[in-house]
Amino acid sequence: MDTLTINKSAIKVNEEGYFTDPSQWNEDIAVEMAKQQNIDLSEKHFEVLHFLRNKYAEEVPLTIRKVGKSGIVDIKEFYKLFPGGPLKISSKIAGIPKPVSCV
Amino acid sequence: MKKLLILGAGTAGTMMLNKLDKKLDKKEWEITIIDKDDTHYYQPGFLFIPFGIYKPKDVVKSRKEFFPAGTHFIIDEVDKINGDDNKVILKSGEVLTYDVLIVATGTTPVPSETEGLMGPLWYKDIFDFYTFEGASLLAKKLENWKGGKLVINLAETTIKCPVAPLEFAFLADAYFTEKGIRDKVEINYVTPLSGAFTKPIATKMLSQLMEKKNIHVVPDFYLEHVDNDLKKIVSYDGMEVEFDLLVSIPTNMGADMVANSNMSDEDDLNFIPTNKETLQHKQHENIFVIGDATNLPTSKAGSVTHFEGEILIENILSFINGKPLEAKFDGHANCFIETGFGKAALIDFNYTTEPLPGQFPIPVLGPMGLLKETRINHMGKLAFKWIYWHMLLTGKSLPVSTNMSMTGKKAPKKEENKEKEEPQQEEVLL
Ligand SMILES: Cc1cc2nc3c(=O)[nH]c(=O)nc-3n(C[C@H](O)[C@H](O)[C@H](O)COP(=O)(O)OP(=O)(O)OC[C@H]3O[C@@H](n4cnc5c(N)ncnc54)[C@H](O)[C@@H]3O)c2cc1C
Repeated sequence: MDTLTINKSAIKVNEEGYFTDPSQWNEDIAVEMAKQQNIDLSEKHFEVLHFLRNKYAEEVPLTIRKVGKSGIVDIKEFYKLFPGGPLKISSKIAGIPKPVSCV
Repeated sequence: MKKLLILGAGTAGTMMLNKLDKKLDKKEWEITIIDKDDTHYYQPGFLFIPFGIYKPKDVVKSRKEFFPAGTHFIIDEVDKINGDDNKVILKSGEVLTYDVLIVATGTTPVPSETEGLMGPLWYKDIFDFYTFEGASLLAKKLENWKGGKLVINLAETTIKCPVAPLEFAFLADAYFTEKGIRDKVEINYVTPLSGAFTKPIATKMLSQLMEKKNIHVVPDFYLEHVDNDLKKIVSYDGMEVEFDLLVSIPTNMGADMVANSNMSDEDDLNFIPTNKETLQHKQHENIFVIGDATNLPTSKAGSVTHFEGEILIENILSFINGKPLEAKFDGHANCFIETGFGKAALIDFNYTTEPLPGQFPIPVLGPMGLLKETRINHMGKLAFKWIYWHMLLTGKSLPVSTNMSMTGKKAPKKEENKEKEEPQQEEVLL
């Protein structure tokens, strides 16, 4: 396990940089994490991040399709907000583990 | 008389019917099973049809052939479940009541979910092989195909038999090699996943195999639409892959009646929220869900259906007798992966343990290699057809333990084992 220092707090992350303790997350930390991905967080970004965190807490498996059905963004907008791998990148910024699909 | 109703007479429904027929007192219980028609397909056989290994007729039988004598079978389509009133409404308008309901309506490919998939090229240069029709038409196409760009694409991440697309790629490689035109065929495997497969150790092994067989993997490609004019598939972030022949695994969805009954999961794929251990419906305690119809975080496969059946029969009997549901499903799945040229690999896993290498003990055929390509695994794959018709559907126990066993498995070394130390990671993502 590694530690990442953001805003002076030591965040526990795994080797890919995902939080291992989602309770260490807050919005300021998210802003810093997003900067590292060259993303400036807007209100829409935060709505998505909170959606992901809520679903994570409810143990709901996350998929791109599910975010697209969230009523917050459609899939195209999701890709625009978090270019590259939207679910992987947004989960990292939301301070939750990397979503993997089931086998 | 009390009523037990089974919706769907596919793998899971037929198996549960046979199990219950042996266990329930007929003086007390009336069992009814419903399906749209009387045709049972051996779906795992669809994989072999495009390559002429099985003929279409090899995979079709009458559903009734597998029902116990005296079964009450209704041929009709279920329109809706009304869980608050214990009623099932059929398309014909007939209304059935139940004391206990088993939902086993499975999943089917829905190509209309993706723009352009069913465009002018559908069943000309674009095929699926997850349906009897698609697999049969693709066999004709491949017979005369002279080569070009073959693209295998998964539209979504949740599909039944998640290894079938990989097997298709391996068998295509062997098929074109044996035809002497492999050098004229470029095989691209285009997937929304980050690699050939989901879990790390199996992905590593399967990726190496893909490379060896010159199958090119395009990961992280989430299909937005199919361009029929320019013959290419386009992702949400604008990636494009050209094809001459597209073999698509369209979005897999549960039955429409799930949505009509307001039971769908929130991603609208019509999978039913189900307790992952007891197989009880999350809202209605007298409804149980089994097979591909559930939203369980494990593979949608016949083998899984079988393991679930062993748990479900116990829990239904407990429920009927007013006892707590003590049998717990662990997510056990066991899948052969046909790799071509008379060989296959095998994976065995559950909710918490990813597919690991090692040996899998099986009586008679005897130890099978896990995550290894062997001839004996291929024989196991072919034997599955016989086992399916004669043991699985008829509800017999198979010589494989219901809960996954670690016997013969090689646990990964410490550093590969990081996921284990972070259980919350695996838990959620399932
Ligand atoms: C190409 C392919 C390869 C596969 N290979 C393997 C393999 O190697 N090993 C393995 O273990 N599994 C394999 N599978 C998966 C396996 O076939 C399924 O997981 C299994 O059949 C699931 O059983 P089920 O009863 O849940 O669904 P199904 O067997 O599909 O049955 C569902 C039934 O419900 C009926 N139904 C649906 N909606 C309604 C309605 N509204 N009203 C009335 N009836 C309805 C349908 O007509 C159908 O008969 C493969 C599948 C495919 C497509």
